Amino acid sequence: MGRTLYDKLWDSHVVHVEDDGTALLYIDRHLVHEVTSPQAYEGLKLAGRKPWRPDSVIATADHNTPTTGWERGIAGIEDPVSRLQVETLDANIREFGARAYFPFLDARQGIVHVIGPENGATLPGMTVVCGDSHTSTHGAFACLAFGIGTSEVEHVLATQCLVARKMKNMRVTVEGELSPGVSAKDVILAVIGRIGAAGGTGCAIEFAGSTIRALSMEGRMTICNMAIEAGARAGLVAVDETTISYLRGRPFAPTGADWDAAVAYWRTLVSDPDARFDREVTLDARAIAPQVTWGTSPEMVVSVEDRVPEPDRERDPVRREGMARALAYMGLAPGTPIQSIRVDKVFIGSCTNSRIEDLRAAAAVVAGRRVAKNVRLAMVVPGSGQVKAQAEREGLDRIFREAGFEWRQPGCSMCLAMNADRLEPGERCGSTSNRNFEGRQGAGGRTHLVSPAMAAAAAIAGHFVDVRDWR
Amino acid sequence: MEKFTVLDGLVAPLDRANVDTDAIIPKQFLKSIKRTGYGDNCFDAWRYLDVGEPGKDNSKRPLNPEFVLNQPRYRGASILLARKNFGCGSSREHAPWALLEYGFRCVIAPSFGDIFYTNCLKNGLLPVVLGEAEVEGLFRDCFAQPGFRLVVDLPAQTVATADRAKVFRFEIAPTPKYMLVNGLDEIGLTLRHADKIRAFEARRRAELPWLFR
Ligand code: SF4
Repeated sequence: MGRTLYDKLWDSHVVHVEDDGTALLYIDRHLVHEVTSPQAYEGLKLAGRKPWRPDSVIATADHNTPTTGWERGIAGIEDPVSRLQVETLDANIREFGARAYFPFLDARQGIVHVIGPENGATLPGMTVVCGDSHTSTHGAFACLAFGIGTSEVEHVLATQCLVARKMKNMRVTVEGELSPGVSAKDVILAVIGRIGAAGGTGCAIEFAGSTIRALSMEGRMTICNMAIEAGARAGLVAVDETTISYLRGRPFAPTGADWDAAVAYWRTLVSDPDARFDREVTLDARAIAPQVTWGTSPEMVVSVEDRVPEPDRERDPVRREGMARALAYMGLAPGTPIQSIRVDKVFIGSCTNSRIEDLRAAAAVVAGRRVAKNVRLAMVVPGSGQVKAQAEREGLDRIFREAGFEWRQPGCSMCLAMNADRLEPGERCGSTSNRNFEGRQGAGGRTHLVSPAMAAAAAIAGHFVDVRDWR
Repeated sequence: MEKFTVLDGLVAPLDRANVDTDAIIPKQFLKSIKRTGYGDNCFDAWRYLDVGEPGKDNSKRPLNPEFVLNQPRYRGASILLARKNFGCGSSREHAPWALLEYGFRCVIAPSFGDIFYTNCLKNGLLPVVLGEAEVEGLFRDCFAQPGFRLVVDLPAQTVATADRAKVFRFEIAPTPKYMLVNGLDEIGLTLRHADKIRAFEARRRAELPWLFR
């Protein structure tokens, strides 16, 4: 019987299997950032162990780093606890080594899930891990990529392996052409709305179908990024010409004869036609409208032309309770039209939507317009130094600035608000990030997840609008 | 890692679905470079009435009387009863660290976030998956009976009420179970296979050399 892409990736990395199916999986690429690594390096030190293969490590500081004040150097990180974490990573990489390190202030620094792919450090057929749940992003390159905890970070550093159990195979097929103004972000939000925040638990989700094939690598990364929000530790997209042409010429991508051999291998990284999936879900792309979340879980999502749902109509008591609690937290009345919801802040950034294509989509909406008066802060945080430089070459920074947006230095920023960028209690934000959990963007802050174009339009209008009617 | 065999503990009910790791330990506490010091900030946003910051004296902060874990009847609970998709969201291992420091050794839920589940196993916090109806029943018992306790027997893979009127079996893979029951260091175990890892690596290097350049 045929194998799925996930089966192939799994099979090619198994070093050893126990009788109960627990396997030792070989890890090709280990991405490291400052928040989930200090305790792992400390553990290594305490046990007197050395990293197995330092040249598999790519490291950067992204979660804590400020998006302003870079001219002040490391002193620009005002919070001493954050600074210590960034300095600890510097010291650990100095002591233990890495294939590449893009520290704070480096021209290639950025969000770990943006810099891996853009440098060609994420390649098809690899296993990629990182102490970060959105490692699923890299699965867009047909590699097996998933987030791990700090104990596992230490385990991978020490052994180059991970103790893992095989997941189930799930396929989400999206067919048809997307309407103008509807993007990859809307697709994945619609998928999560359909299958739920636990819909992919225990599975690797392969995204397939003509809609996915038509997406750029940036769009596919957006989709795989949020596989974890559907409960799936890994997302996957098969290799095709789009994958290969994206990788050609990237700094860490193979060259010369290596390139040809690699491409020949990469072309095998697709699910066999007769492969069987444990679960299949199909969506019609034409039915997907721009999406807006209204609650505190990414599954609490509706189309922009809809209204905030009414808990009273929900029969399941646990769900009803959850909806009522989410609405109370979000400060929303049941039945409110989505387009009447006003925003206080707009955040365009995060590993979901901070790549060049995202910034272009947002800039196209913003060009020649002004941020609405009721919007206190509209900010664009590019995913990396390279994205930022590219956007500046294209003049996107000017478009944003002239409209009244702040143009910031790269990093995670207000996606999780570990640095100074955050929502104040009660503030409402249109955000291109991936989590609308309570307090995610700042204690008491209210997050609505949307696409870059939708976030940009909300900044201009002051409330959510349907970008399909825009222009 | 501390061993886990049989736990006879007081049960605290957290009656909401999709409790994420941001709720278990908010991000402002992730800046520490240590493994300890998270217990007082476990469920921080729900537990206190003010906004928590690292360095604040938690003993002086106003407690939220509405939050279930603040009720005196659940003081000293070591088993957390939860709803589906508990521990979804971020990979932060600070979540199990915080729960352990708070005093929990076991979480019972109909399902867990995958990464959180693994993180628990590596830290001696036992995640127990029971059926939705079984969990529902336990919630009812817990609310109805002050001092409600359960006995979690990992070697036998059972959860039982003190009077054994209810005994539920749960599944756990043999390898993590073995590690938990014996309190073993996983890295040490893996390194017993160091020769196999080296052989695998050598083969891979020969077949796909560009992965190693
Ligand atoms: S951008 Fe947000 S989701 Fe992505 S790695 Fe940073 S904090 Fe995590």
